[in-house]
Amino acid sequence: MTDTTTNPPGAGMGAPTRSGDDPRNTASKGTRVFGILSLIGIGWLVALGLGLSPDDQTQGDLVRLMYVHVPSAWLAYLSFGVTAMGSIMYLWKRSEWWDLVAASSAEIGVLFTGLALVTGMIWGRPTWGSYWEWGDARLVTTLVLFLMFLGYLAVRRIPADTHVRSRRSAIVALIAVVDIPLVHFSVKWWRTLHQEATVLSSDFDPKIDDLMLFTLMVGLVVFTLVYVWFMLHRFRVAWLEEQLLDHSLADAIEARRAEAVGTGATT
Amino acid sequence: MADGTFVNDAALVAAKDLRLELRSRVAVSQVVPFAVLLLVIFGFALDGDQTTLQRLTSGLYWVAVLFAAVLIVQRAFAVESDDGVRDALRLAGMRPASVFVGKAGAIFVQLIVLEVLLGVGVAVFFGTTLTGWGLLIASAVVAAAGISAAGTLYGVLTAGLRVKESLLPMLLLPVLAPVLIGATRAMGAALGDVAVDGWSWFNFLAIFALIYVALGLFAFGPLLEES
Repeated sequence: MTDTTTNPPGAGMGAPTRSGDDPRNTASKGTRVFGILSLIGIGWLVALGLGLSPDDQTQGDLVRLMYVHVPSAWLAYLSFGVTAMGSIMYLWKRSEWWDLVAASSAEIGVLFTGLALVTGMIWGRPTWGSYWEWGDARLVTTLVLFLMFLGYLAVRRIPADTHVRSRRSAIVALIAVVDIPLVHFSVKWWRTLHQEATVLSSDFDPKIDDLMLFTLMVGLVVFTLVYVWFMLHRFRVAWLEEQLLDHSLADAIEARRAEAVGTGATT
Repeated sequence: MADGTFVNDAALVAAKDLRLELRSRVAVSQVVPFAVLLLVIFGFALDGDQTTLQRLTSGLYWVAVLFAAVLIVQRAFAVESDDGVRDALRLAGMRPASVFVGKAGAIFVQLIVLEVLLGVGVAVFFGTTLTGWGLLIASAVVAAAGISAAGTLYGVLTAGLRVKESLLPMLLLPVLAPVLIGATRAMGAALGDVAVDGWSWFNFLAIFALIYVALGLFAFGPLLEES
């Protein structure tokens, strides 16, 4: 493997890396470490979650879904938190770097929000008797969050100048994040004012088995590692795309100049 | 600039938009009929059963308002994007915040008119007896303020884009979910359909409106710049 590790923030992609030995992938030593740790962690989580940890007294094997569901939900909120921070930092510093951080994180966030929703619904069917429960504020809020960030990604895909796109999407992300507490509050209040107790208060037993708690913690750590791993790669891809755009324009201008010189015209 | 200019500029922008609407008559000839059509469609969908329609009045009413609001917002920016009015407003030295207040104000006025007409619509088609006027009016006004503030933000964002027809509702409707919930609850309480404290939902709607007006004052500048 060539040692042209592309280190986006500092070094950028100079001309030499583009000619000849362009990087085959976005990996570097650091990401490989994260990747190996993530994979080992996933193996461990599977062993713990599916084998070693005990059944729940009331939920039986269903509780094992929690080891995927809760970490996915955590990543959903973590990644949108990072997107919000990236957007604020972009509006403040006007640096593409932050915009790409926000974009990469949002993409990963949509993936894990989807996963959290699907696992939640699969869990809900045998537990609540229905895939969907309007009374659960977290569930409904997560769905609205999911939809808003699909909108965010749609805004990002609109062709525009880099800085126009960045500014536009930063503000969309900001509006979405401001809306989240409002949605959560309104849904919560909406249902609790309407019907008294829901089945959902027994979402989690406060008294949770030690090994189950441990498995859940492992799940959270492993998923966070996966997030960092995905983030590094996604960010580097986004960065390379930006560089490609910049350089291809520069190259085109260069070629045009050379042409003009070749025909004897002054530049 | 003194504060007088701020209000003045906003009033100029709002008056311009309203004059455009009055003269083009699109709002009157298309948006209002569309909103009434929605009520009729609900009637068809729900079996034309007056008791069901009366029980669901608040929800159906606000769905109709939201969908029509999407059209109003789209109109408010479509009429100007062709002629480059946004650039002209900036060239005229108006502050983005006052343009925001002006545009949102014009949308707000149209929404209020729409809400009144739809109120008549539900009374006629669903046979709903409108009661609790204080809460009804107050919550309709703050909900319209919230919708117009959020709508103006997304309207300028999607103005002039080729995909605006599908993008605007996709962005705007999830964000307005709290308004739909709050306004439906408040109206349900006013009509006596649900036993909830409608005034606390009024407060919630007012907070929503305040947050989005504040966001608009802050974010409209960067969004206006980009064309």
